[in-house]
Amino acid sequence: MAQSNKEKSTKITALVVDDDMINRTIHHRLLDNLGIENEVVGNGKEAVDVHCSGKNFDLILMDKDMPIMNGIEATRKLREMGIRSLIAGVSSRSTEQEIQEFMEAGLDDYLEKPLTMSKLVTIIRKIDSNG
Amino acid sequence: MEVGQMQRRLVDYTKSLSMEGFLDGQFLLLQQLQDESNPDFVVEVVSLFFGDSDKLLNDLTMVLDQPNVDFKKVDALVHQLKGSSSSIGAQRVKNACIAFRNYCEEQNIEACLRCLQQVNQEYCVVKNKLETLFRLEQQIVGAGGSIPMMEMGF
Repeated sequence: MAQSNKEKSTKITALVVDDDMINRTIHHRLLDNLGIENEVVGNGKEAVDVHCSGKNFDLILMDKDMPIMNGIEATRKLREMGIRSLIAGVSSRSTEQEIQEFMEAGLDDYLEKPLTMSKLVTIIRKIDSNG
Repeated sequence: MEVGQMQRRLVDYTKSLSMEGFLDGQFLLLQQLQDESNPDFVVEVVSLFFGDSDKLLNDLTMVLDQPNVDFKKVDALVHQLKGSSSSIGAQRVKNACIAFRNYCEEQNIEACLRCLQQVNQEYCVVKNKLETLFRLEQQIVGAGGSIPMMEMGF
């Protein structure tokens, strides 16, 4: 079961968007460990730019609070560009209002930091089932 | 000391760090993400944490030393430190940051200064503990042994 899931997972690609290097390092490794090809960028503008360069990803892990362009603006911009990737907002700030605002920008899901293997697997199953 | 004894000492030391609340399950996750293709993953991430924390604590000292304290700035810095300590499993540092943020909200300068002292202390302690843990690991590897996997009971 683990092997067939890993084989299936190698077809999934992801983009990690986070201004914190510790989180980028951990999330990159978590995704690697699940067999998911992934890239990392440091803010929302870089996330938009990487899509403007023609790249596309099945999953975007979007931090909320980032300099230059935050996760809410970046999510909105990506949706305006027609990006249909599964975008999961990731944050440690979690008032209901803030989560609501983030969701309304175009998220498919919201995860609280720190990310764990089981949280990621839950999200990846959504990609697999949307297939 | 033979390798088996060193390994037992490491396991016991790591468990004690968990039982005493210095490290939580997030640290175990980092250890589980380390393998032959990424043999130094934990040290790399923890080193990033040390670098970040040193800077954040310096910045906090400077901001709290100003005649008119910018509590928004203090809160933002503490939030960052809370985030990174949470990411590596430094539970006591994280908890000290949570208390700190409450006093930022109240704009209580005296309490913030006490919190800064507390956070500094917790950080120094966990830094020493982690450096000890890494030294124990290096001794095992140096003696030709391998680092034992920690269990979920961590």
